[in-house]
Amino acid sequence: MAACGANADVRRPVRGIDVVIIGAGHNGLAMSHCLAALGIDHVVLERGEVANAWRRERWDSLHLLTPNWLSRLPGYRYNGDDPDGYMSREEVVAFIASYARASLAPVLTGTTVTRLQTEGTGYRVSTDRGDWCCRAVVIASGAFNQPVVPRLAADLPAGIAQLTPFSYRNPSQIEDGGVLVVGASATGLQLADELQRAGRAVTLAVGEHVRIPRVYRGRDIQWWMHAAGLLDQRHDALPNGPDDLARARAVASPQLVGSRERPIVDLNVLGAEGVRIVGRLAGVRDGKALFSGSLRNVCALADLKMHRLLTTLDDWAAACGYADGLTPGERFEATHIAFSPATSLNLEREGIRTVIWATGFRPDYGWLAIPVLDRKGGIRHHGGVVDAPGLYVMGLPFLRRRKSSFIHGAEDDARELAAHLVGHLQAQSRRYRERMAL
Amino acid sequence: MNTLIATASADNGVNVEALLGARQALSEAPEAAQFKWRASCEWIRGTRARTHIDSFFGLGEEQRRKQVHHVETDHPEIFAAEDHGATPVEIVLSGLAGCLTAGIAAVAQNRNIQLHSVKATLEAGMDLQGILGIDGDVRNGFDGVKVTYAIDANASREEIEALVAQSQKRSAVFDIITNPTDVSVVVA
Repeated sequence: MAACGANADVRRPVRGIDVVIIGAGHNGLAMSHCLAALGIDHVVLERGEVANAWRRERWDSLHLLTPNWLSRLPGYRYNGDDPDGYMSREEVVAFIASYARASLAPVLTGTTVTRLQTEGTGYRVSTDRGDWCCRAVVIASGAFNQPVVPRLAADLPAGIAQLTPFSYRNPSQIEDGGVLVVGASATGLQLADELQRAGRAVTLAVGEHVRIPRVYRGRDIQWWMHAAGLLDQRHDALPNGPDDLARARAVASPQLVGSRERPIVDLNVLGAEGVRIVGRLAGVRDGKALFSGSLRNVCALADLKMHRLLTTLDDWAAACGYADGLTPGERFEATHIAFSPATSLNLEREGIRTVIWATGFRPDYGWLAIPVLDRKGGIRHHGGVVDAPGLYVMGLPFLRRRKSSFIHGAEDDARELAAHLVGHLQAQSRRYRERMAL
Repeated sequence: MNTLIATASADNGVNVEALLGARQALSEAPEAAQFKWRASCEWIRGTRARTHIDSFFGLGEEQRRKQVHHVETDHPEIFAAEDHGATPVEIVLSGLAGCLTAGIAAVAQNRNIQLHSVKATLEAGMDLQGILGIDGDVRNGFDGVKVTYAIDANASREEIEALVAQSQKRSAVFDIITNPTDVSVVVA
């Protein structure tokens, strides 16, 4: 039933199938599970092993930011003995790998997609191990394929080691002395904390960020977000429509650490540990790092936003009469800023030998030969339905719901997109039959 | 906060519909968003100079305003000058104040918050050992700027703080002052 054209390259093996899923992380596997349940023939192509990014592209101490009880996938849920814990990197790998086995997902590992193009009314997926022709494609290759490093990285003096969250593993890699961590979202915050505790002198450059407490009124913040329905907010139901959605999709991951002790780690805690807090890295000139004078305002924005969220949660609890085990509402101290935060540092004089870029991640669509990217390189889609019939994407921030980029966010998205995909296949078959009948 | 008043239409004299329309249009035509701001300045005598502000480029073409604006700059008498105009660094403060205040009005309008009065006082510290070349470790410019707003509006304190924070986030002059800018000064 696959739409392979006559111009197939005879030198490469070509196989036909209804659906190709690119990527065997939790999103690709969730989609595979849903398609299997609907009886749709498909294959999951995986460049490495199942849960590859979690195996190879994450630092050692990383834990999920969501508690175990929230970790679920279609037909599968966490059943360990620590529902309130947070999975380590290895545990996430084991969780996803055991899901792949349990759901008998048709995964081809060690198969790297090199090109995706349209062919006839379907698609051709080229890999380093032959081509696939198919009627629909689900891109589940992830939102965090490449660390984003700003252009000014090139202006750093040659003697300074530069790492990204992909090359950083643990503090033993880092020379003694000073470290500049650039970015204070979940990644930068965690690495600054870990390195300062390991005895390095950390400077943390802070731009816009999202501050939320790990625990609020005795409950994990993710319990609140989940119970109050904030994680289920849909992409097409935000008050200010596309504007709100664009903003929500660009929001960085919140300042959280997944640790059994559930500590609140924020800029005040890091400051007390001895981390030097400075503004956004705005430039490097003559061996000096220049930091924005906007530090006070980005912190004020984050404090105000956090307190608006907490007010929303308090109002929700009051409105639904929820009081079970809740301690009284509280407000957290404003972020302390040094009397005069540094706006420039001479890297050599300060003994800063290493810079870690915790400046975000982006997907890699280098293999995507279909014009569906916007001018900033993002994929154009409406809730995961890409602007090309039969092409879908999963796992991007706020794809269909606020929880879309979470592990437990894959389930609803996969079910809905699988249903849409089946509708597409059926409509295509109907058109085909009508044409044949003529 | 009186919710009856808050739900009525605020009027701060800002045409938010036009601004949002421009935002929409420019997001679809990013090349029209490329502006060039200009000024020309002529030395008069001593530390006195006069700057003329007239044309600018934007929306893909040359733009001319209704009238030419002038800004005269000089220095106070303790600098052995004649004080014919504000010191250039004070003009920088007025730029920051004007930019943030306009932003507050626009954000308030967009959030349907009626402003009654908005007053800012600004203070910037400077160590003159920098510009006088006494100590090479001292920078020429401000060592800090403090802006204090007194705002009377139909809004809670938190809402007013959020207005002021959002205005900074979207302010051109705040960005110009807080972040490095590449400046080239050449002799024609």
